[in-house]
This record gives sequence, C-alpha cells and structure tokens, in this order.
Amino acid sequence: MTESALESTLSGFGPLWLSAQLALITAVLLIAIGAPVAWWLSQSTSRWKPAIQAVVAMPIVLPPTVLGFYLLILLGPNGALGSWWVEMTGSALTFSFTGLVIASCVYSLPFAVQPMQNAFESISRTSLEAAWTLGASKTDAFFTIAVPLSLRGFVSAAVLSFAHTLGEFGVVLMVGGNIPGETRVISIAIYDQVESMNYAAAHRMSLLLIVFAFVILVAMYLVNRRSQLQ
Amino acid sequence: MSEIQIRHELERGSFKLDVDTRIPATGITGVFGESGCGKTTLLRCIAGLENSRSDDRRPVHRRGIGVVFQQPALFAHLSVRQNIEYGWRRNKNVRADLDHIIGLLELERLLDRPATTLSGGEAQRVAIARALCQSPRLMLMDEPLSSLDQRRRNEILPYFDRLHAELSLPIIYVSHDIEEISRICDHLLVMADGHIVAAGALQEVLMRIDLPQLSGRNAGVAIEATRVRYDEKFDLTTFGFSGGELCAPGCFDVGASMRLRINASDVSLCRSLPQSTTILNVLPAQIDAIESESSATELVRLKLAQDFIIARITKRSLSELELRTGEQVYVQIKSVMVRR
Repeated sequence: MTESALESTLSGFGPLWLSAQLALITAVLLIAIGAPVAWWLSQSTSRWKPAIQAVVAMPIVLPPTVLGFYLLILLGPNGALGSWWVEMTGSALTFSFTGLVIASCVYSLPFAVQPMQNAFESISRTSLEAAWTLGASKTDAFFTIAVPLSLRGFVSAAVLSFAHTLGEFGVVLMVGGNIPGETRVISIAIYDQVESMNYAAAHRMSLLLIVFAFVILVAMYLVNRRSQLQ
Repeated sequence: MSEIQIRHELERGSFKLDVDTRIPATGITGVFGESGCGKTTLLRCIAGLENSRSDDRRPVHRRGIGVVFQQPALFAHLSVRQNIEYGWRRNKNVRADLDHIIGLLELERLLDRPATTLSGGEAQRVAIARALCQSPRLMLMDEPLSSLDQRRRNEILPYFDRLHAELSLPIIYVSHDIEEISRICDHLLVMADGHIVAAGALQEVLMRIDLPQLSGRNAGVAIEATRVRYDEKFDLTTFGFSGGELCAPGCFDVGASMRLRINASDVSLCRSLPQSTTILNVLPAQIDAIESESSATELVRLKLAQDFIIARITKRSLSELELRTGEQVYVQIKSVMVRR
C-alpha cells in the first residue's frame, strides 16, 4: 500500500467514526424516546392512535429531501427550535453535530418505534394484569414485565435505527452540510470523493463502510439469536 | 360473621352489570352462571381491572386482591421462584410464609425451572401460589381449571381442599361448572344477565327449583355426609346423612365429613318401595315442592329429614302418579358424586 493510499484510508476513518458516533447516539436516544411512544401505541385505544401512528411512519414514506428541507427550516436560526437553541446556547443547530442528531432521530424514529411496538403488542394483556394485581404499579409492571419480555424488540429497534442512521445521506446533506469532524459523515465523504472523480478513495471508504456495517449487523444478530435461544 | 360488601355497576354496550351484595368473609364463594352473564366482568370489577362505578377507587395494585385467571399468565422471563416472589416482594406490610404456601401446592421441585417449561396443571398451581404469596385479603379465581383437561383438574382440586382447610382467606370462585362449584364452595351467588339472582349458603341455593339457571343439567343438590363403612367385597362406600344412608362405588377414607353431589337427572320417584331394583339407594322422602322445568319435565324437591334432594320427572309421570306436595314417596338415586 502506497503512502498516499494509506493516508486516504485513514482519512476515511474520521467520517466513519463520526457516522458511528451519530448512529450510536441516535440509537440510544431513540430507544429512550421511542419506547414510551411504542408503549402508548401498543396499549392505546384512543381515536388519535391512527393519526399518531401515521406521523411516526411518515419518515419511511417521505423523501429525505422533504424531511431535510423542513428540518432545515425548523432547526435554522429563524426556525422555532433553532432560534430557541441559539438563545440557549449561542450556537446554531444547523450544520452542527447536535443538529444532525436531532435530524437523525426524526428520520429513524419509525425504525425504532415499530419493532418495540410489535414486541409490546405481543405481550399478553393478562400478564400485565397479573402483575398489577400482584401489587405492581403500571410503571413497575412496564419495567419488570413489559420491557424484559420485549428485549428482542429493543435489540431490533437498536439495530435498525443504528443501521438506518449509518446509511443516512439526504437529510444530513440538507441539515448538516459537509464540515469535517462536525457533520462530514461517511456517506457525505464518499459522495465528495465521487464528485471530485477520486474513485479510488471512494472505493476505500465504501468498502470500509460495507465491512463495518456487516460486522455490526452480524454482531447484533448473534446477540439476538443468543437471547432467542435462552 | 363479618362480610365483604360487593357493589359494582358497569355498562358496556347493551350489557349492564349491576351487583350489590355481601358475601361472608370466610370460605369459598362460588359465582355461577352461563357464559356471558357477567361473572368474569364482576370479578374484574372487584379486582379493579374495569372502570366500574364502585366505592373502591383504589388502583389495581393497591387493592390487595389476588387474582388467578383462566390462563396461568406466568411471567415467561422469570423462573417459578421469581414468579412466586413477584407479589411477595411488593407487599412490604404483610409477609406470607413462602415455604408454607410452596409446600401446600407441592412446588418445591419446580422452583428453579423456567416458567415456560411447566405443564398446564403445574403452571396453574404456580399461579395460585403466586397470588397467595402476596398475602391478599381476598382471592379471586376466574375458572382456574377451565384450561385444563379432566385429569389435570382432578390433580388440582385436592389443593383447593387444602387451601380451604389451612387458610382463612376468603375466595371468590367463578365457574360455569355446577359440579365443580358443588364440590369446593361454601356459599353461592347465581348470576344472570349482569345481576345476582340468588345468594346464600351453597346447599340452600342449590335447593331452589324455581331458577332457570339451576335447571336442566345444573339441577341437583349438595349434601354433607359422613363416611360410615367401606365394603371391600363390592368396593362400595356407605355414607350417612340426616335422611339415611347412601352408597357410592369406590373407597373414600379422607376426612370425617364429605360432600355428596346428587344431580336431579339421577333421581327417580316411586309410590311404593321398589322390590328387586338394581338401584342401591332407595330412601323414603316427602314431596316438598314441585316446579315446572320445561314443557315435558318437572323438578320435584324432596325432604329427607333435614336434607333435600331434587328429582327430575316427566310431566306425564307427575300426572299418572298424581304426585302432590306433602305426599310420601320413595326416591331412587342412581348416582352419587363424592368430593374426595
């Protein structure tokens, strides 16, 4: 391997590391935010449920450009969330890592909510009622019965939202731009290299991403299988 | 004797539950009725699992009421021991004697097994233990045997007798099986269409022949009897009660007092003492009451000293034998069910 090739491979790790950080933070946040949403959706008989369900599923249907466009407006210095953020912290949300995390959470929300909702729905109502009659409050029963019985759903939610965020491109481009070390995630970096006709570098980065994604997915499925075998 | 007030109102579509009654604070109270009469709904209201209008506004987990559902509903991710300890850990005020209850239901060997590996009968026993270990002040059982086959039922029923003998806990036991109720209950509520139509001591309620819910295959009485002797040659046990003696096949040697169930369809009447009949149980009795049961049949209640037996006869037999209230007849009892 020539020196320049090594350098460009190493330069690929920066964006990959950034992507991994973004995906990991997003996955963790989405489990925390998504679990109550999924729980509500699984238990509710409210007439608003279909509407909420549709809102949660919207990011699957909408092109990333539409999502990115509105997020850009919302998170921008004049947007509702963006202006408040500027007031609180003094820095803008757009073209920042924090902005990317928020955008990714919206973008990957359905991939976290749906597996958890399916898992919650498959818990028999009687198990929960049994827990309540045994002296467990609703919150207690949620953490000691619903969550442990839905572990597989949580693992799927984490894998899917991580993987989906890792492969994110359009929304990042709209909201985050291309700032090295801040918003230049691997998909953007690869696009950049292709744009500047630097195919060799694009290949290396793409391969890096493919191997990384494969390893992560295999590891997650192994964990999933082990929990299934128990 | 202290009593438990049960007052619940609930409307759901065209169904209306309206119950206002008191049950004794000891023993097992059966709730009997056809499916759809609101038995399970009443139980769920008492447990707090339904939004009924009631004086008890506490949330489910603060009521201190143990529930055993039709399905065991064990927590699949926990071991048998962890299942049993779930409610026990959450009741900080009263600590039930875990080992005693585990012993009562003979669960010692199952404790370390995952809950998912149990048979239906074992799982239901664990569910009963789990509910008992939280030290409830009242226990509700919703057809706990209905998901089991006859063999498993017979396996579990003796445990009810033990619970009854060893714990003072009041139990409300819902079932649509009158024989099951006759076997284990002390008091009985009969429900129809969301209402209580009869309530009282088991024997007294079963004596009634005017209730459609207690006609047909549900007509019959329960009699307290004592075991008198066992005839080894014919494998026959003789029981004594106020009205005389009754025989049943088999050897019954448990307990001094036993409960016999006699279905109305197994009882026939004769004007005179029948000679050379295959039926062993023939006793003199007095006709106490007669009620029309269907277009073809009548239910006749007979008094034998302090006890009562119900017979089903055809309207034609009634008219041909010209049977009237107060007359002396002989009852022939073809079959007697014994609570082991």
